[in-house]
Amino acid sequence: MAKWREMGLTDEEYRRIVEYLDREPNEVELGMCAVMWSEHCSYKSSKIHLKKLPTKGPAVVQGPGENAGVVDIGDGLGIAFKIESHNHPSAIEPYQGAATGVGGIIRDIFAMGARPIALLDSLRFGKLDSPRVRHLFTGVVAGIAGYGNCIGIPTVAGDVYFQESYAENPLVNAMCVGIVELSKLKKGVASGVGNPVLLVGATTGRDGIHGATFASEELSRDGEDKRPSVQVGDPFMEKLLLEACLEALEYGHIVGMQDLGAAGLTSSSSEMAARGKSGIRLYLDRVPLREEGMTPYEIMLSESQERMLLVVEKGYEDEIIKIFKKWDLNAVVVGEITAGEEIEVFFGGECVAKLPYRLLTEEAPVYDRPYQVPEIKNLQSVNPAGVDCGEALRRLLQNPNIARRDYVYEQYDHQVGVNTVVKPGYSDAAVLRIKGTKKGIAVKTDGNGRYVYFNPREGAKRAVLEAALNLAVTGARPLGLTNCLNFGNPEKPEIMGQFVEVIAGMKDACEILNIPVTGGNVSFYNETGEKAIYPTPVIGMVGLIDDLETGLIPMAFQTEGDLIYLLGEPTGELGQSEFLKEFFGDVLVPVPPVDLQEGKKIIDLLPLLKKQGLINSAHDVSDGGLAVSLCEAAFAGELGVNIDFITSLLPQEMLFSEKVGLVIVSVSPEKANEFEEIVKASGVAVTKLGRVNGNDEIEICLNGQRVIKEKLSELKALYEGGLRWALK
Amino acid sequence: MRFGVVVFPGSNCDADCFHVLKNVFGRETVYIWHKDDSFDVDCIVLPGGFSYGDYLRAGAIARFSPVMKKVVEFSEAGGLVIGICNGFQILLEAGLLPGAMLRNKSINFRCHDVYLRVENNETPFTNKALKGQVLKIPIAHGEGNYYCEPDTLKRLIANGQVVFRYCNSRGEVTEDANPNGSLYNIAGIINEKGNVLGMMPHPERCSEKILGGEDGRVIWESIIAYLERGANRG
Repeated sequence: MAKWREMGLTDEEYRRIVEYLDREPNEVELGMCAVMWSEHCSYKSSKIHLKKLPTKGPAVVQGPGENAGVVDIGDGLGIAFKIESHNHPSAIEPYQGAATGVGGIIRDIFAMGARPIALLDSLRFGKLDSPRVRHLFTGVVAGIAGYGNCIGIPTVAGDVYFQESYAENPLVNAMCVGIVELSKLKKGVASGVGNPVLLVGATTGRDGIHGATFASEELSRDGEDKRPSVQVGDPFMEKLLLEACLEALEYGHIVGMQDLGAAGLTSSSSEMAARGKSGIRLYLDRVPLREEGMTPYEIMLSESQERMLLVVEKGYEDEIIKIFKKWDLNAVVVGEITAGEEIEVFFGGECVAKLPYRLLTEEAPVYDRPYQVPEIKNLQSVNPAGVDCGEALRRLLQNPNIARRDYVYEQYDHQVGVNTVVKPGYSDAAVLRIKGTKKGIAVKTDGNGRYVYFNPREGAKRAVLEAALNLAVTGARPLGLTNCLNFGNPEKPEIMGQFVEVIAGMKDACEILNIPVTGGNVSFYNETGEKAIYPTPVIGMVGLIDDLETGLIPMAFQTEGDLIYLLGEPTGELGQSEFLKEFFGDVLVPVPPVDLQEGKKIIDLLPLLKKQGLINSAHDVSDGGLAVSLCEAAFAGELGVNIDFITSLLPQEMLFSEKVGLVIVSVSPEKANEFEEIVKASGVAVTKLGRVNGNDEIEICLNGQRVIKEKLSELKALYEGGLRWALK
Repeated sequence: MRFGVVVFPGSNCDADCFHVLKNVFGRETVYIWHKDDSFDVDCIVLPGGFSYGDYLRAGAIARFSPVMKKVVEFSEAGGLVIGICNGFQILLEAGLLPGAMLRNKSINFRCHDVYLRVENNETPFTNKALKGQVLKIPIAHGEGNYYCEPDTLKRLIANGQVVFRYCNSRGEVTEDANPNGSLYNIAGIINEKGNVLGMMPHPERCSEKILGGEDGRVIWESIIAYLERGANRG
């Protein structure tokens, strides 16, 4: 087999490299090209489609293309945030795979000069009745906890689903959020001829060589062989690196900074060079190594964790090195900026690679892969009328996709940093205060792949709207989003068709909701054998609450006697709800339409209602439908509900449809008239559902007929036990 | 009155303790670097975190740092020392408090609110609390399962050295209320002399209303009151 094919390049790609160089690349050069031209690093299949997404907005300070996106929150402060996948490594070695995913995304945030203040994780696994899935799930959670807890960044939110399609290919998407003084924002730029290039942090070993290439292939059944492609994380080292880098940035005289992630020294040097339009010369003999006898090929491709590349103003390198030494870290001048446009690599006094940075970055191939838009088949119907609503509610509350997630988030330190105002489990999004201001930010990830699989375009809209609503119910105004697009093999037209449709849906949603995309990550090849995962766009979103004192909306019902209202128009489609799956299995029935216009009105309305003191709580309708949402707000407030209203829908449709864009709010009776007037004036549909009671009772009557009467405490026990029982 | 928060490599609650003392209570507070071998403060805080990564055993390496030699001298001279979470583990490893910390009974790291009963309010750290008062304070640890020899436990109890025990919201000390399998539901102990406290829960995380609880304040208020009475300076 030709060498380039072993490294993941096609014959045509190899031919292009030879043509560009006008010579054959040597082995080091070929390795560098192969990793930079891998799907993981080059985005060659997704690039032309990603361009369609809106990336500009009044709050956007930094859009896609940097280590992380940044939005402006006023007071001279910005929020840097990004999400990234670590799916392939986590499938092979769940603890280290997840841990290093967390480590990598943290480095992207502090490379911007931001102090990381929160982590989120979006996780997908197969069903928990498989021992292998339980192993992956518990390992991934422990890995996230092991890294995040040790480094001392709180893991405050996320989402997790258990669906058959992820059995062989779990998804681990990690998001980090940081705060930065905008005047101190840093970029990953290499410039200034003669400026020294410093490699700081951990030593370089043989781990993770060709990790980027590995992440650009389907997993094989013998994926265990790829275990050496998985890196090992050292959160203690990263904590030192984080503190030292921020201290060095505070000292100043740093031109640019970038982490060494996928494709290690090769990608960090070429990407920094490309952004600064400069050349870089590297002397590999100076790189502190973990093991003897490493070749230049291995050093350039190593994905050893906890390393950063810094470009420093000439003459200040000794002072910067001193800061790293204070933290007992390596810091070595490994090269310098040159006037050319080339990455020149020296080893043992010889030039072992000389490649124009353009070849490694902008000259990487871009493919418009053939795609086939999936056909939407709404062929069947079900009759849910025979299902007992009380029984359905009990089963749904303990369904692992709905039940309380404390098994997960109690393993995460979610309070370190003393900023966590709304902790996991207490609302639809986490809320953190911004010390020294009245402000708070709300953060959340979302993306139910099941809806996307059955209707990619609507499913993508749903993911964006749901994330936005999850922020809005806390009183926040969405500022921007980052996305992690997880798909199967893009070389298959039907997978590429899913991708194209998802981008179209996201574009619509971002434009109508006015939420720009500030960056993200694409993960293809999430398939094993013939089985691809559900197409899963994960949306990570950040929103702002101007004044936590007056603007923060709780999820829990607050006071006995408060009236409960539903905002938004329920339509009753059961398509792809947990109810449908629970009682009818994988049936192709219509999914609820995603009404972005109404969603936008609700997102704008909620903070307004709160500021005028008209609502006491808010919670969106999501997995499990209206009945489950009512229970969640009731459990959180330890108050019951009496629901009684008129509807033309079947009770099962009304209570268990998962239409996105519905929000339940509670209102003091004396404010009801004013509340109703304002909502009606905004054009949002509103229905009075019932009231909050002080009893241990969840009672739901529709059209005068009682359909559910259960004890609150009994339902709560099911909700709290569901996930743990599924693990036994 | 000056507080000193020790920063070990891997400390991660140092800034939180600093924030509470400086910004919430308005007290002069300084960081003390682990390589420092002198300081001039009235109370030392050993904060939570993963000092030196805690790859060996929580707190096992930190006790050899230069600053700990001085912390031992400071405590011998009567200076106040409070160790929280990893700080408690370091105090045990350094021999300033008796006993050892084992892995949580549940194996997993646990982060959630617990209830503590104040067993002894005649200490510099609890003088503003009532005896038997129930405090709601969060924990966040994987190794908080306190253990000591039976004779040591007897002595701790007899001397009133058990300061906090895990209990339920009604103040009853039960097995269910014990989050980590800790012996005798111990959450915090003091040395015989009464100037060194170690506790697993994090009072700095519940000293501001906006964070959902203020039960941690009583510990800081007690220390401040004690120091204001002009007691011993180390």
